[in-house]
Parts: sequence; C-alpha cells; structure tokens
Amino acid sequence: MRDFTFLYRGLDTSASPEQMQQTMQKWRTWFKELGEKGHLKDIGHPLETAGKVVKGTQKAVTDGPFAEAKDVVGGFTLIQARDLEQAVEISKGCPILELGGSVEVRPIQVLNM
Amino acid sequence: MVAVLTRIFGVRNLALAEDVVQDAFCRALEVWAFRGVPENPSAWLMAAAKNRALDVLRRERTARTYEPELSRFLGSEWTLAPEIEEMFTDKAIKDDQLRVMFSCCHPRLPEEAQVMLILHILCGFGVEEVASAFVTTYTAVEKRIPRAKKILAGSKKLFDTRAPADFTARLPAVLRALYLLFNEGYHGASAEFAVRAELCQEAIRLARLLLEHPLGATPATYALTALMYLGAARLPGRVDAAGDLNSLADQDRSKWDRNLISEGLNYLDLAASGPNITEYHIEAAISSVHAIATRLEDTDWDEIVSLYDTLMTIHPSPIVALNRAIAIAQRDGPERGLEEIDSIADADRLQSYPFYAAALGELELRRGQYDSASAHFLTAIGLARNEMERRFLKQRLSACERAG
Repeated sequence: MRDFTFLYRGLDTSASPEQMQQTMQKWRTWFKELGEKGHLKDIGHPLETAGKVVKGTQKAVTDGPFAEAKDVVGGFTLIQARDLEQAVEISKGCPILELGGSVEVRPIQVLNM
Repeated sequence: MVAVLTRIFGVRNLALAEDVVQDAFCRALEVWAFRGVPENPSAWLMAAAKNRALDVLRRERTARTYEPELSRFLGSEWTLAPEIEEMFTDKAIKDDQLRVMFSCCHPRLPEEAQVMLILHILCGFGVEEVASAFVTTYTAVEKRIPRAKKILAGSKKLFDTRAPADFTARLPAVLRALYLLFNEGYHGASAEFAVRAELCQEAIRLARLLLEHPLGATPATYALTALMYLGAARLPGRVDAAGDLNSLADQDRSKWDRNLISEGLNYLDLAASGPNITEYHIEAAISSVHAIATRLEDTDWDEIVSLYDTLMTIHPSPIVALNRAIAIAQRDGPERGLEEIDSIADADRLQSYPFYAAALGELELRRGQYDSASAHFLTAIGLARNEMERRFLKQRLSACERAG
C-alpha cells in the first residue's frame, strides 16, 4: 500500500446553500465508501480560494494565489492505494468531476536519506 | 436532543451534550423574546443545537466521540456539516433514543435508577419532576442521577443497538424499565396525584419506538405495549371529574377510550406468537378481559382467575396473589375470596400496602361484617400514600358505616 494525495481543483463555492448541501452529501457518501474500503488515510479539508503566498529568502508576502478559480487547489485528501493505477481508479468516483472540476493524483514521495 | 448529542460527543461527555441543549434553550429564550416564538419551535431548537454542536466540534477540532469512523468524519470540514445534518434526521434521532434507552438500562444500575435516567435524559424531566414521579426528595434524586450518569460514562460507549446478541440480552431490562415507568404513572404513589398520565404517555412513546426496531418488535414488546394501551384506555374512568379515584366496580365505562382499547387488542394479537409467554402477555390479557366487558357483571371472571393462575406460575408475587383472590371473590363470593387471601404466602410483605387492607375491608363489607370492614378500612387509610387514595378509602369507610 502506498500513500497518495488527491488535490481537488474547481470546487464551486458560489453555489446556493441548497446546492452546496446536496454536493456535500455526495462528498460524504464518497468518503464513506472510501473509508469502508480502507482507502481513506485522512479526509483532509476543503480550502478557501484566497489566502497569502509567502515567497523566497525575503519571505515576501503577497495576496494569492490569484489563479483562475478552476486552477486553485480547493482541498486535499490522503488516500491509500496499491499503486498509482488504483489511486487513479479511486479518484474517478470523486463528485468534483461531475461538476467540471479535476482531481490531481500525486504519490507521496518517500525520501530515502 | 441529548440522545443525538451524546452520540456526537460520546457517552463520557453527557454533561457537554446537556450543556449544548441548555445553550440552545437559552438562545431560544433570548431570540424569541425579541422576535416572537417561531412557527416551528422544536425545529428551531434542533437547528440551534445543531449549530452549537458544530461550534463545539470546530473549537476542539477533535471529535470526542467513541466511534473512530464517526470521529474521522466529524473531524473534517469535508464531512462535518453533512454528517451532523444526517444525525439530526428523524430516523437518526430515533436510533439515538434507542441507544440511550438501552444504555440507561445498564446492568450495574438498580432498576429504579434506570427508570430515573430514562425520565431525565430521554423524557426531559427535571430533577424536581423525577423526584415527584418517584415520591422522593429533590436531594435524593440530585445525588442519584449523577451517580448513575457516572456508571453510564464508565461504560465508555453508548450501547450498540446494531449488535443483535447484546440487543436481545438487554431487551428484558429495557421492557422492565418501561413497565415500571408506566406503572409509576398508573398507580404511582405520588403525593398529589394517584395517576400521572404524562408518565404513561412517555412509556407508550418509548415502547412504540422499540417496536419500530426489527429486533425490538418481539412478542414481549407487543404484549407490553398492549398492556399499556389497555391500561391507558381506562385512565379517564379511574379518576372522576372531582379528581377522585374510582374502583373498577364504580367506573363509568363509557369514559373508557374505545380507540385505545381497539389498538391495545390489536397489539395483543400481534403479541400472540412465538414460544414464550411473559407476564406482560398475561397482564395484557387480564386487562383486555376487563376492557371488553361493557358492565362489571359481564366480566368473564373464570377467564380472569385462570389468567391469574398462569401469572402465579410464571411470575408469582403477593400482589398477584391478592388480585387473584379478589377475582375469585368476584366469581365465588366474598368468603372464598377471604380464604384465598388467608392462604397468601408472604402476606407480611403486603402489610404496608393500603389496598391489601382495603381488599379485606371490601370483602368483609360484602358479606355483612361491617365492624370488621370498618377496621380494615381504617388501617388502609393510615397507610394511604396520597390524598386521592385517602379520599377513596374514606368513602369506602362511610359506606360501611351507612350499611352497619
């Protein structure tokens, strides 16, 4: 078993409360399934679209990330899967895909030092 | 509400669950004072409790619940709000009430404490109301409830109503507690009221909740529910307009609730399956014989005596024996009844029970022994537990004096 991060992009936070509630019920159902199958390492959290970006040796602070809404990371989850292929298969059930968003599947790098 | 919140925060945090409810009520008082009572006050309170639960969970960020799966979903913003939403749906609330009901019937708690906890946590009775339901003092209940809660909290988790073996093992204790709750209302020893209809109603509500659960809907539960319905049907006749207690013989049977009787008979039909016969079956059957007799003279006393015979074999007690003797007196005359009373084993346990002396008085009166009857009623009056009983017994005493 390996650990993967799912990075979600294109989470629509401007939906009405009713739509939002429906969407979040879908996420809940999906997470429940993943939990039952033993793929859920940490549900993680959704993220607000704007914050601050701290950069370089100067530790310069700017507002950010100012990308297109569909490109901003809207949340993350830690997943356990056999390999990348299975992790990708798992990601296909994510409700964000139904709403035009995307899931980026990234294996957690094991640093051997 | 407390039932749901106990599941969220875990049974060790019963106090936190109660605080959240308290908080919701305080908010209600503040807001309603300004804006008036909302159209659906209970929904408003639920929503307030829900929001408050979210606040608490967010502040601590570690759901303190007992179930690892649950705490994981309450711990993430992805699922926190939908999870809480789900827990406040009707069905989830009913499940939680069952869980708490079973948790309250903890084997380490005495039966009386179990019933007190059920009243306090599930029926929302305050300490004072619990005290008056049990004819005990405020201080006594104030001491007992926290002690009982501590035992409950020691069990670390709420009873899991999905585990069939545990459910079935604890069901008899739960039925027993509901039976006691109902009886406390029906012939309670309360100082002011001999009948406390609200206790009976709560017992019926909880019994029906049990019937909605696939493992709870056993013949014994149906029998207990039948017993409650048939008893509740006769409540309007037990107390008259002046607030006086009426004996079965003097009750205005037109006041009995026909709907409740037919529902009770229905439940009794549903109870008639399976190999086991419980005391609830027999008591419900006795109650049904009374309920279907339109006049006292029409009562099938043969049937009642034989039901009491059965009850004596499966669940003997001096009170059952006394009631059996009274039924025999109805069938075969007062002399036979007195003989039966004489032969009750453990009759000394009945010495402080006012209706033991009253039964002797009644039978002596019927066979014309007025002096002896009066003496028995005087004893009974001395033992009466509330004003209603006392007034009732005094009326019987004056009946002896008039006859004599």
